[in-house]
Amino acid sequence: MIPEFGHYALILALCIAVIQGILPLVGAHQGRREWLILARPAAQTVFLLLLIAFLCLTWSFYINDFSVLYVAEHSNSQQPVMYRLGAVWGGHEGSLLLWVFLLSTWTILVAQLSKALDEFMVSRVIGVLGLVISGLLLFVIATSNPFTRLLPAAQDGRSLNPLLQDPGLVFHPPMLYMGYVGFSVAFAFAIASLLSGRLDAAWARWSRPWTTAAWIFLTLGIALGSWWAYYELGWGGWWFWDPVENASFIPWLVGTALLHSLAVTEKRGGFKSWTVLLAITAFSLSLLGTFLVRSGVLTSVHAFATDPKRGIFILIFLSLVVGSSLALYAWRAPKSTMGGKFSLSSRETLILLGNVFLVVSAGSILLGTLYPLLIDALHLGKISVGPPYFNSVFVPITAPLLVLMGIGPWANWKNTNLLTVLKRLWLAGLVAIVAGIAIPLTMGEFTWLASLGFLLAFWVIASGCLQIIRQAKTGKPTRSFIGMQFAHLGIAVFVIGVTMVGAYQEEKDVRMSAGEKVSVGGYQIQLQTVKPVPGPNYNAMRGTFLLSKNGVSEATLYPEKRSYFTSTMPMTEAAIDIGLTRDIYVSLGEDLGDQSWAVRVYYKPFVDWIWGGCLLMALGGVLAISDKRYRMKLRKQTS
Amino acid sequence: MKSKFLIPLLIFGVLVAFLAIGLNRNPQEVPSPLINKAAPAFEIPQLEQTNKMFSPESMKGQVWILNVWASWCVACREEHPVLVELAKSKIAPVIGLDYKDKRDDALAMLANQGNPYLLSAFDANGRVGIDYGVYGVPETYVIDRAGIIRFKHIGPISADVLTKKIYPLVSELKKS
Repeated sequence: MIPEFGHYALILALCIAVIQGILPLVGAHQGRREWLILARPAAQTVFLLLLIAFLCLTWSFYINDFSVLYVAEHSNSQQPVMYRLGAVWGGHEGSLLLWVFLLSTWTILVAQLSKALDEFMVSRVIGVLGLVISGLLLFVIATSNPFTRLLPAAQDGRSLNPLLQDPGLVFHPPMLYMGYVGFSVAFAFAIASLLSGRLDAAWARWSRPWTTAAWIFLTLGIALGSWWAYYELGWGGWWFWDPVENASFIPWLVGTALLHSLAVTEKRGGFKSWTVLLAITAFSLSLLGTFLVRSGVLTSVHAFATDPKRGIFILIFLSLVVGSSLALYAWRAPKSTMGGKFSLSSRETLILLGNVFLVVSAGSILLGTLYPLLIDALHLGKISVGPPYFNSVFVPITAPLLVLMGIGPWANWKNTNLLTVLKRLWLAGLVAIVAGIAIPLTMGEFTWLASLGFLLAFWVIASGCLQIIRQAKTGKPTRSFIGMQFAHLGIAVFVIGVTMVGAYQEEKDVRMSAGEKVSVGGYQIQLQTVKPVPGPNYNAMRGTFLLSKNGVSEATLYPEKRSYFTSTMPMTEAAIDIGLTRDIYVSLGEDLGDQSWAVRVYYKPFVDWIWGGCLLMALGGVLAISDKRYRMKLRKQTS
Repeated sequence: MKSKFLIPLLIFGVLVAFLAIGLNRNPQEVPSPLINKAAPAFEIPQLEQTNKMFSPESMKGQVWILNVWASWCVACREEHPVLVELAKSKIAPVIGLDYKDKRDDALAMLANQGNPYLLSAFDANGRVGIDYGVYGVPETYVIDRAGIIRFKHIGPISADVLTKKIYPLVSELKKS
């Protein structure tokens, strides 16, 4: 009964979402207030119905209702409760339901928090979101219904892919989707302002915190996914330029460009049509990402089950949403007025330049991701594009961005004397050069790439420190200023992590039997025992390794090799000794017979700085949102 | 001046066109270097009769189908009914290559689900699989009278693949 209830709620949600999508937009166009005011109640109803549907699916997982096909395919009775609940979005149908549910969550947040905003604007925004929700719901109901019954019911379920049975993965998709979907708000604001012809600073001010919020979630989501890949896949890498990873990273880059461009539009009224285009692009790329992941047009380590019908549906949906938005853009954007004038050397120019670099890097990653598909479509053969392409393209484009990051905040709006700016920065330059030479030398090996990494990272850090000192002299810094500092510092910390791991990690593949030692990065690792250990839904061989440095024991590590009952692929559960300046990573490989095992050990200096940097960026975003400016406006307009 | 605002729409149009074409192509379908080459030779024990060996050499002179399978492979179970149908059609003998499997499990699966294979070769450690470039089970090869691989399919063969590709190819090969 419960699944039918959920299914019914989904269908009702679609009906109401169509109302939410059409009436407010038409009402706003024709000036019919009685239609316009339907936006909020409709959005709330859709949210409530989707919440019910979502809870129904969750309940089916909780009680192990294997008469529901989706439950039987993704969960079994031995699976711990946490992973049963995580399995709700572990497959295609459920993750789409989560997508729509989160979209509707953003919608009611907009509806609730924008009470001070012009009613026409809010109704249009809610209307646009309603249209997107309708399209996705139609997709869910027509091709990917999570409530389809399996009759007769299965005895037991098939279980979630063991790779996905991990706490990191329980939270990764919701975070990522919150980010993906969150760009829909910026998108809806952009479309609404194009529709109303009111592309102004107010529009930018309103969409800014929403964009930042989405960006925070996306940052955390990507970081969480990368962290999961690092400790769960057992390959010791943290980023693989896999199509699915790229699909989340491309919107992030464009979203970052959007954040900065919105700042210009808000403060100076400039870049309007560019900002609108970025807002449309960021969300379009989120949809494109969903298409790439869900349609199976690209091969990926994230091997999802695919169905051509689904691919066609998403493609049609994508074309409708993006095509009509871009057509609207082509029609309305030329009417937008120019913003305040600015000279060639000004903060505007620097931000625009940064934007160009961000968009170009997003474009080149998109090209690399789609290239196999393009070549195949042109019948030129089958190829795959791997990390060498991405690394060699991404690094040169990102390096100038970091240089700009150190200069941009010093420049004034409108007009600035770049020479005086650079004079102020001589100390930062000196710090950067010293760091760029000294750090690689102390690490033992000098490479140009490492040197460049440290140079750029310390350039950003030193410039940031100088900015803070300057700001402290003139008065109390605003939250958004501190937020920017955190976010930029986050980038620098991230770059340090990447550089350190890239240049100085050590890796050893060895055959070990009990008592044997291997040394890596100045640490000794001794295998003590390998013993079988039972788990809730798997059997494991667990190794015990003693980690020591110069004879002083530091930690005991327990990597595992698990065989899940429902899968034949053994899983590697690496053991990691985490430290501020290095990780020691041990993973247990194949049993080589005669009591010896294949063992892979890594010494990864500063690897956690990669995710630490992401956390700092996200924290910066949180600080920026909490800036008084947005709250003041809210208070003034509500009173 | 105004036309520059149309550029994003045009770029998107091109992208959609490519995506639409891409949808109809299968990225998993990688051309095998083995096509039109002699099927790699091997000689390994059979699954059912452990004391007998199997070698592709013994199939010379007839068109036959080699299907790589395993009891642990979920997709093989999905494919199984199609293979049974293929075997019933008696168009060509189907030889199984039981890949990295446990003998008892494999025999149990055949007993439960029917045995479409004339016989299965038992590739316990996957050595033969390496020669054939197996990177996903199931895989299916069509081999002609001269022992040349004419067709390779990765993943479960559907009824569609069977009627549209394998049947026509096998009957054509038999004629020549």
